[in-house]
Parts: sequence; C-alpha cells; structure tokens
Amino acid sequence: MLHPLRSTTYDELKAVQDISFEIAEGEFFGIVGRNGSGKSTLLKCIAGIYGVDAGRISIAGRLSPFIELGVGFNPDLNARDNVIINAIMLGLSRRQAMKRFDHVVAFAELEGFMDLRLKNYSSGMLVRLAFATAIQVDAEILLIDEVLAVGDAAFQQKCFEEFFRLKREGKTIVFVSHDMHAVERFCDRAMLMERGVMTRIGDPREIGRAYHELNFGKLAHDAPAESHSASGTAITEAWFETGEGERVTSAAQEDSMSMCFEARFGEDVEEPVFAATLRTELGHTIIVARSDQHGQASGDFKAGESVVARFRIPNWLTPSRYLLTPSLARQGTGESALALVEDMASIVVHGTGSGGILELPIDIGLERL
Amino acid sequence: MSVGAPSELAAKRPPQSHRVYGPSALGGGLQRFWALTFMLARTEFKLRFFGSAFGYLWTLVRPLLFFGVLLFVFTKILDVNRGSPIPHYPEYLLESIILFTFFQETTSGCVPSLVGRENLLRKVRFPRLVVPLSVALFSLFNLGMNLVVVFIFILASGVSPTVTWLELPVLVALLAILATGLGMLLSALYVRFRDIQPIWEVISQVLWYGSPILYTVQTASKHHLFGISFARILVINPIGAILTQARKALLDPAAPSAVRAIGGTGRLLIPFAIVFGLFALGLWYFNREAPRISENL
Repeated sequence: MLHPLRSTTYDELKAVQDISFEIAEGEFFGIVGRNGSGKSTLLKCIAGIYGVDAGRISIAGRLSPFIELGVGFNPDLNARDNVIINAIMLGLSRRQAMKRFDHVVAFAELEGFMDLRLKNYSSGMLVRLAFATAIQVDAEILLIDEVLAVGDAAFQQKCFEEFFRLKREGKTIVFVSHDMHAVERFCDRAMLMERGVMTRIGDPREIGRAYHELNFGKLAHDAPAESHSASGTAITEAWFETGEGERVTSAAQEDSMSMCFEARFGEDVEEPVFAATLRTELGHTIIVARSDQHGQASGDFKAGESVVARFRIPNWLTPSRYLLTPSLARQGTGESALALVEDMASIVVHGTGSGGILELPIDIGLERL
Repeated sequence: MSVGAPSELAAKRPPQSHRVYGPSALGGGLQRFWALTFMLARTEFKLRFFGSAFGYLWTLVRPLLFFGVLLFVFTKILDVNRGSPIPHYPEYLLESIILFTFFQETTSGCVPSLVGRENLLRKVRFPRLVVPLSVALFSLFNLGMNLVVVFIFILASGVSPTVTWLELPVLVALLAILATGLGMLLSALYVRFRDIQPIWEVISQVLWYGSPILYTVQTASKHHLFGISFARILVINPIGAILTQARKALLDPAAPSAVRAIGGTGRLLIPFAIVFGLFALGLWYFNREAPRISENL
C-alpha cells in the first residue's frame, strides 16, 4: 500500500567508478563504450554538471560549459534568436554573440533562413546551425557528447576541417562517440568504458577494435588469442582468390573474388559454422558471411579432418585495403568460437571509388519530361 | 590503473590546474550570471507574447478583466463601501491586484522552473540560481508594463502625483525580494517533492484572501482573532504591509500607514524579518541543493 510518509528506498547506481586518467594539453581524447557504460556521466562530471561523490577532477584552462550541440534551442523562436541564446549559453556576451553572428550564418550556409522558426528547419539544417554556433566558443578545453560531424557530405568535410583547425590551435578536446571512424581519425588516444569502469586506454585503433569486439564479437571475445582451441581445432591459413581460383593479394573491382580459409578439426564437431568477416582497416565490418546464412547444413566433421571454406562474392568494394577474419564455431545461439584469427589475410581492391563503401552496379535513368 | 600521457604533451602542461566541483547556485562570474538571467527572461517574454495575435495585451487584459469582475461584485453586489466608504476603492483594488499578480506569477512560475529546464541543467554548466531569478525578472518586466496602466488609471481618477509616489520602487523591491526568496525555496523543493505545486496553489489562494486586496486594513480592524485586531495580523503579512503602505503613498495620504496599522515602528520589524528571513532561507536552501539539482531532476 502507498504510504505518504514511508521513506522511499533508492537503488544506488554507481554510474562511474574507479576511473583515473590524465589528458594532456592539446590532446584529442575519445571516450567510447556501449550505451549506459557511463561515458556521458563521466563527461558531465568533467564539465561540472554533475558533482562527484568521491575522487577529484582537476583541469587547467578554460572549459567549454556545454557538452551537446544546440543546447537551449527553442523551436518556437527564429534562428537568429536561437543563435544568440546558444552563444550566450556557451559563455559569450550578447555583444560578442551579435558580432560573430554573421560568421555563424556563413559557416552554417544558412543565409536567408535566419528569420525562419527553428521548428521549420530540417534536422540537417538544425545541426549545422548548432555546430556553427558551438565552434564560436572561447574555450581551451572542449567537451563534446556524440555529435562530431553532421549534415551532408560537404558539410561533414567542413566539420572535419574545423576539427583539424581546433587541433592545430592546440585545443584539448574530449569527446564521446559511437563513431569509431571519427575516433580513429581524430583521437590521439582513446578510452573504452564498460559498466562504469575504464577497461582500456590507449591507441584509438586498438580501442576501436576492442569496441567492435564488445559490440559484435561475442565470437571474437571468447576466442583465445591463438588460432586454435584446446582440442586442437585451428584455422591454418586464410587467403583471397579470384573467381578462377588463383590466390591474390590485390583484386580488380567488379571481378568476383572468394574469401577462403583452411581449418583443421581437433575433435568431432557436428554442423559447425564457418564464417568470414571482412573489415576495413579502421575496423568497420563490411561483410559477415556465414555458412549457415541460409540455413544450410555444413555436415559433420571428424577429428583430424581438414576443410577449405570459400565465400565467393562479387567484388563491389570501393578501392581500399580489407582484412579477413576467419572463424569457426559450434552451431547454435551464443556460439563460442572453436577458432578465430583476427585479420589473417588482406586484400587491396583497386579501381575507381565514388566515396561510398560499395561500388554497386547502378542503372541510371534520366527521363526528360 | 596507471595511465601515462604522452610525455612531450605532458611537458607543456600549464602548472595551474584547478579542481572541478559540481554546479553551484552562483559562481561563474557576475557578467555571465546576468547575461544568462536576462537572456532567459527575455526568451520567456518572446515565447509568451510573440506567438499570439494580441501578444502582450493578454497580460494586461487578464488582470483588467479580473479587476472589472471584482469591482462589479464588490461594489454592486456586496457593496463594501456601504456604511464607511473606502476612498479610491477601484484604484486601490486595481493596484493591489497588479502587485499581487506579480507576487503570484513569480512564485508559481518558479515552482516548476528548474524541472522545466531539465535539458539545460543537464547539458550546460551555469549558475543554477539563474533559473528562478530569470522567472522573477520576467515577472518584473510584466509588472513594469502593468504599472503603466495602473498609473494611467490613477491619474484619470483625479489623484494628483505626490512625492510619496517615490516609495513605490522601494515597496516593489521588497515584494520582489519576498517573491524571489520564496521562488528559490520552492523551485529547489519542487525538484524533490512534486507535492509543492498543489500545496503552493492553496497557499497562494489563502494569501490572496489574507491580504488586504478586496478590502483594506480598516475594513478588517472591526474583527479580532485571538484578541488581536485582525488589521494587525494583516500587516504582519508582508504583502499586507506593502499594499497598505502603497495605498497611503499612492492614493490616499489620510489612509493608515503600515506603521500605524501594525501599531508602532518596532513591530514593523516583523514583516521585514519575514521578507529577509524567507529570502535568506531560500538562498541557503537553493545553494545547498544546487550541486545535486541536475541529478535529482
């Protein structure tokens, strides 16, 4: 029964604990982790939005007071008012805000939209405006939650350039992101958080990889670092082949190619799952091919048997280098890997790139009306 | 866990580092504090009035219509002026309504102010006191505009301006201090206890009838409560004291001052103590709660 005077009980949640790290001046520092791992809470503690119950945080230099783009934006006001409001939130005076207004508009490429109410803005325009305002902040240390590059491709490029400019100017930037591509591109160092604790810190590529494992790689996570399990099941070799069966390290776009590996069984296994994961150098997963993809049976294998698995694909990848991670697992959900080797083989694809990840054959239709 | 920062970067690190604490009520520089307060109040003003067809007129029309209704009820139906007529009753009524509206708008606006600005409080570091103060400032804008109408009404009714009109800014300031003090207290309390809103609605109602707005201290002096003249109790209420003094200063030099109504200068310390005591309490409580507000929202 509800009792008005009964004291409510609280579940104590320690969002962040046991974290200790230092960020040097001029460093780009990334914080990554899955949802709810405490990244944003940590950022808020650094920003002084949340107080900490224990421990201490020290900073040297002026800190930007916000952690998200477009804070305080009001949909019922026009863009002009919102830019001024946002700029004042960021710590500028009204006069400074007015003075930089034209610059903001020019950067956001939103001339002529300034008297439009924000509720009529597209989401892309909105973030462009927010970003353009945010970079006006006069701080030595910037804290950014989630949003790094926004808008269409051209504007994204501008955002990146702006980040490099900030970097050149020696600003210290701490940002939280799920975009490993951005983390690897900008960060000097990064940190991985898991359930409120820091699990790894260091090279952004390593952190990016660890993050991907956390997300996608129960397979990868459970596998031993070496290529074989206790029973002696192992992946002995991995390579790429052309459609004609010739082993290659580079391939022309549009030809077909196969991702191949050879595995040897150290025990009897029923219906194992052979899988090939193709990643970019930055760790983005492009293809995961599995032998049970369409429900096919792979058959039963005896100890000592060797198998070659081939996954044939039309090569529509954009020119770049790709890495193959072969793996072998028991059938069933929650499978644990029998064998897995990270980035065992690589291939360079050459041809023409349009900027996308894939170069699919495209039928272009133009109809004059 | 030991983490080494790259040494060449570490070498450049400036020696003066300061500790980051949680958010505070004040702090962050007076200029920024004012800029934010003004900006929030101004934004509220724009939002409230620019969307509607009559815009600002509504803030005037509402108390004026209310005034019209009350005037009709109390002079035509109940006839408060029968027997001992109250001089300048309509002007007194209007002026008191406007002043009380300011008080009520500030306090009831403050109650949900922190909760309503959750997105700001959770995303930006700024002195938390800005939020209730911006509400008070916004109400003060409105009061300023409304007082213009009050003065037009007073002048039109044939009262001529006197030097004592200059008391009004002081009285308004006292009322603003009272309202802001309560506003700080209520806004911080509301973060933890959502019961504050209905409770405060009831208290506001009690204050409305418990202040000499529809009647004057003289009307009430015939009645007693616990052997004390009801008039004195009314003036212990700071709002009552302010309205009584405003009546003397603006409308009727013959009307009793707050000092006379309470029965001595020394006793006037009571409403003063209430005003500044509540302000101090509000500030203390708000300041105590400030670091946790964004977490408790």
